[in-house]
Amino acid sequence: MVLARAKSDSLSSPPVEAVSRPQLRSPGRTAAILSDHRLLLIVWLTMLVVPFAAPNAYFVSLANMMLINLILIASLNLLMGYGGQISLGHAGFYGLGAYVSGVLGVKFGLGAWIGLPAAALLTGLAALLIGIPALRLRGLYLSMATLGWNAILVVMFNRLIDLTGGPNGLLGVRPFAFGRFALDTDARQFPLLWLVSLLVMLAILNLLRSGTGRALRAVATNELGADAVGIDSFRTKLLVFVLSAGMAGIAGSLYVHVNQFASPETFSVSNSILLVVMVAIGGSGLYWGPLFGALIFTAVPPLLLEYEDAELMLFGFAMLVVLIASPTGIAGLPAILRRWLASRRS
Amino acid sequence: MTAPLLRTEALNCYFDGLRAVADLSFEVRPGEIKAVIGPNGAGKSTLFNMIAGVTRPTSGQIFFDGVRIDAMPTFRRARLGIARTFQNLQIFREMTVLENVMTGRHMHGRAGVIGALLHGPSLRAENRAMADAALELLARFELDGKADVVAGDLGFGQMKVLELARALASEPRLLLLDEPAAGLPQAEAEHIGKIISALNRDGMTVLLVEHNMRMVMSLSHDILVLNNGMRIAEGDADSVRRHPDVLAAYLGEAEHA
Repeated sequence: MVLARAKSDSLSSPPVEAVSRPQLRSPGRTAAILSDHRLLLIVWLTMLVVPFAAPNAYFVSLANMMLINLILIASLNLLMGYGGQISLGHAGFYGLGAYVSGVLGVKFGLGAWIGLPAAALLTGLAALLIGIPALRLRGLYLSMATLGWNAILVVMFNRLIDLTGGPNGLLGVRPFAFGRFALDTDARQFPLLWLVSLLVMLAILNLLRSGTGRALRAVATNELGADAVGIDSFRTKLLVFVLSAGMAGIAGSLYVHVNQFASPETFSVSNSILLVVMVAIGGSGLYWGPLFGALIFTAVPPLLLEYEDAELMLFGFAMLVVLIASPTGIAGLPAILRRWLASRRS
Repeated sequence: MTAPLLRTEALNCYFDGLRAVADLSFEVRPGEIKAVIGPNGAGKSTLFNMIAGVTRPTSGQIFFDGVRIDAMPTFRRARLGIARTFQNLQIFREMTVLENVMTGRHMHGRAGVIGALLHGPSLRAENRAMADAALELLARFELDGKADVVAGDLGFGQMKVLELARALASEPRLLLLDEPAAGLPQAEAEHIGKIISALNRDGMTVLLVEHNMRMVMSLSHDILVLNNGMRIAEGDADSVRRHPDVLAAYLGEAEHA
């Protein structure tokens, strides 16, 4: 037995020395992902011009909302695009984060800086409690459980009037502040949202590059295969569900202190479904997909406002066109074009 | 005599009252290639699945290196050192060849979630070490040129080799192979056969279920023949080939066919 063990150890160091590692590495995936880190930095540095180049405050407020939506859509993409688990309650976690942070401030006098981590922790904890039963079963159980959860939350936001203000919304939420310097204008809020969204995007990229990220994608592509290499599928899915919900909680806290208001309809099941659609439109399972999803989610509804009743129909139609033209979403377009060009050339 | 690496004791498996495996006790000794053969429906796959953790036995026990494993989930058995391949391939098709093999080493990763989110130097070093080990393994199987190819784009034969490489990446003590030659033309089946015997020469213990008789007879040190869920013969290739019950079972099947 000891002998066999010692022998099999030699497997890990096979007598092959001819592999030229630098050559194998350079064109590879590792190099491509490194440039994702660089690209992330470049995109965020470029975004710093927004408060200066913006034609008006409204534009900056849209940019702020875009960054909050980005956190929301990117965290859902982590769960759905990479983990293969569809949550229909992401707007609910967003709302829970918003109300936890907002209520702590309005009713208990705690500052936004306490509300933010509290929102992340509490939504993560809620996800843990929902995920433990729902993720034990394979299939669509998480979707069903989160759908129900979102519906319950909306009822609670409406009914717990003493805490939440009910259908009229939670009023009097105070903004983030450094001492007496309150982040109460769009331009003052932008740097905070810029930083938090950068940190979230960075954390997601790092996670995807780690063993946990590989395990997550492995579980999503082939759970039998993942089991066979010693991956605990349940724990992996639960971990990502909790992380994803925690990030939605962060987005909720940012939202409530930026808008200084929250009302139940923002966190409805239909918004959860819209978020799933935005992940798909941006490019499900593609790192840059949520950036496009967030841009559309933020910019298109105001543009369509003047069409009033036709707004939703036009929105739906546009989404259909995008997904038929590029089933892998907007971020998947380059790959489709590359393949098309390659097939033209040959 | 050395202690067996894998041992089953009075293993039974019923599906809706139908007996798939009956009262089966057998061993795999360290360093050997053991094959399980038998006509269709003999219970080979059920036995294999009980050892791998896909099917729970109705009664009986399975021990791996002295540890009882019959109620353990698959991933825990894998962490003990049991790696497997699948008859119908369960590779990670959307991941690259290199990522597939790196994922095979998953259980040797030490970095936690916090480390992963922060992407510290220890995680980077671990990632690099994993990639290096995976590349070495791929080079050994002549797949290093395909390291960055998406696994789903490989040919069928290469996918089979990749799955084997992924299984080996975990540095297992027992390799379970479910019909490694199934669906392969003879030349590629022989290539797989050569890989298996080379691994075994380096000390790997192998338990294999296979239909390709040429492969079984040339590779195995010991062959277990099942029919109707029961052992009808066990021994080396020559003794099994001549066993009257084995001949009857296979000829009987031929008559039905």
